[in-house]
Amino acid sequence: MAYTIAVEGLRKRYGDVQAVDGVSFEVAEGEFFGILGPNGAGKTTTLEIIEGLREADAGELSVLGLPPWPRNPKLLPRIGVQLQASSFFERLTAREQLQTFGSLYGVPAKKADAMLEAVGLDDKADVRVEKLSGGQAQRLSIACALVHDPELLFLDEPTAALDPQARRNLWDVLQKINTEGRTIVLTTHYMDEAEILCDRVAIMDRGTILKLGPPPVLVRGLDAPARISIATGVLAADAARRLPGADEVADDGVSLVISTRDPSAVVAAMAAENALTGVQIRGATLEDVFLDLTGREYRA
Amino acid sequence: MSTFDSFKSLSRAMFLGFVRDRTALGFTVLFPLMFLVIFGGIFGHQTTSRVTLVEVGPVPVVDQALARGAGELHGVMKVEKSTDRAAALRKVEKGDADAVVEQRGTDLTVHYSAADQVRSGTARGLMQSIVQSENQSASGKPPVYKLASQQVEDDSLKAIQFFTPSLLGWALASAGVFGASQTLVTWRTKGILRRLRLSPAPISTVFGARVAVSLVVALVQMALFLLVAQLPFFGLKLQEYWWMAIPMVLSGVLAFLAIGMVIGAWAKTQEAAQGVTQLVVLPMAFLGGSFFPLDDAPGWLKTLSYIFPLRYLNEGMLNVMGRGLGPASALPQIGVLLGVAVVGSLVAVRLFRWDAA
Repeated sequence: MAYTIAVEGLRKRYGDVQAVDGVSFEVAEGEFFGILGPNGAGKTTTLEIIEGLREADAGELSVLGLPPWPRNPKLLPRIGVQLQASSFFERLTAREQLQTFGSLYGVPAKKADAMLEAVGLDDKADVRVEKLSGGQAQRLSIACALVHDPELLFLDEPTAALDPQARRNLWDVLQKINTEGRTIVLTTHYMDEAEILCDRVAIMDRGTILKLGPPPVLVRGLDAPARISIATGVLAADAARRLPGADEVADDGVSLVISTRDPSAVVAAMAAENALTGVQIRGATLEDVFLDLTGREYRA
Repeated sequence: MSTFDSFKSLSRAMFLGFVRDRTALGFTVLFPLMFLVIFGGIFGHQTTSRVTLVEVGPVPVVDQALARGAGELHGVMKVEKSTDRAAALRKVEKGDADAVVEQRGTDLTVHYSAADQVRSGTARGLMQSIVQSENQSASGKPPVYKLASQQVEDDSLKAIQFFTPSLLGWALASAGVFGASQTLVTWRTKGILRRLRLSPAPISTVFGARVAVSLVVALVQMALFLLVAQLPFFGLKLQEYWWMAIPMVLSGVLAFLAIGMVIGAWAKTQEAAQGVTQLVVLPMAFLGGSFFPLDDAPGWLKTLSYIFPLRYLNEGMLNVMGRGLGPASALPQIGVLLGVAVVGSLVAVRLFRWDAA
């Protein structure tokens, strides 16, 4: 099967820093692929090499079956790249931005309104970009990347610096774009974002991919315990330790947290004792995967 | 897909961005126009200050002459009357008046100060000619010889003839250099260059559109300048081959854009680009002869002025617009400006970077 993106042994060095140190992966058609990692992990450099903005020092690379470097005008109309939210012409309205960027691809001007609607900005068509909020600018930026109907879309930390409401809003937009059959490659340093959006994620740190797979598989592969927490005082710590299946119990004075590999047994027993006030059950997350892989707390 | 459509659409976007920027509009169009109004207003109506003559007691000879040749004499002299001889003489000593004149019978006496030889000379010469013409008319015969004076320059070469092309040159230089350097740095730091690079449109289309917008803006600047300067108040008289100024303006803009591109390609931040632009444009405007004519400047300054491209634009425009020289007179200057444009562009391409990093 031909992959949309195939990367093999990619390397890139800046001075003393080996930014990308032998990265290999494939992205299938229609896949939502995430590259996850803290700042400085090499995500952006990897993405820029795939987009054709930088030349790799070493490695094999094909995008839609074509080499992206040097600048390849045959490939460029088939990919869309979402850039930082400030990459607009000054003093133009949202519609004018889309028309202008569209014209670079030979897209008729009337397409702009359809794009604005697709990202939920139809009521902002005549607003200048300087007046848009962070989330609106980010959505316009995505619309600009989609205006020429690319098969493959790159998103570099699209929700950085957005408030929670705007992030969720943007996730909806991205999921819709993906269900239209487009392949999406996303970099992010938010674990929750990768878990919600991506079919598969590559966890990167220090220029290499530590682990690659669907988020649930990565999390399950950890065999990490689930954490059940209830309000302190509902159940005594000693009583909690005696529950069937409870591995560890900690009480910090606010919450009592029970770690278990058999959460259904524990919850059933707690229900029997009528001790489920304020209950929250949290499974392992990608954050735990990262901790497990690097031995370090994940800090975005 | 047509490259021309991209070109049109990009040009439109850049033009809109420019006209919506009130500050840029003010600085590139209105600010130089204001200078034209001020300079044209001050220097356009400047007359050599008149000779001030103080009559002590009645001086019928001067009064008769004034009555006869009223317009002409009033243009060159101003007559005050005084009865206090000592006070009048003190005025001359202090330089508040140029001469004191007294008449006793048929004898006239002129008192002057040696402090300002030129002015006292003018005053004495004036009195001499008044006395002679009164003598002549007293003889009752018509004058045999007549004198008419004519300036050697075209009599339309007033201050406005100089200031219109030279201030326009300054306006074009600052708009061109600022426009290009700011655009390049802004596009790079904001990531617009990156977005353009990721589109299939040829880079030449993108830069071509930016250049086209600059050329149109320059022609608008020129039209405004010429319209304002030709108002009766300023009185610019365009010479026969003024239209040669159009290719001059266009090649000048190309030269200044190229200089701006070099600055923009080199500078990392907008502040740096702005500072360097000022450092280039202001001395160029002063020493390139935008604010004062270089005809009377010392030789070394004239030589120095030729390192600035603006000097060639000013000179060429002055020749065809103000002085009325033939169209071919502008060709060497156009050649120099286009040469600067080519060399500047080559340097800019070498310094060019897509990304801020």
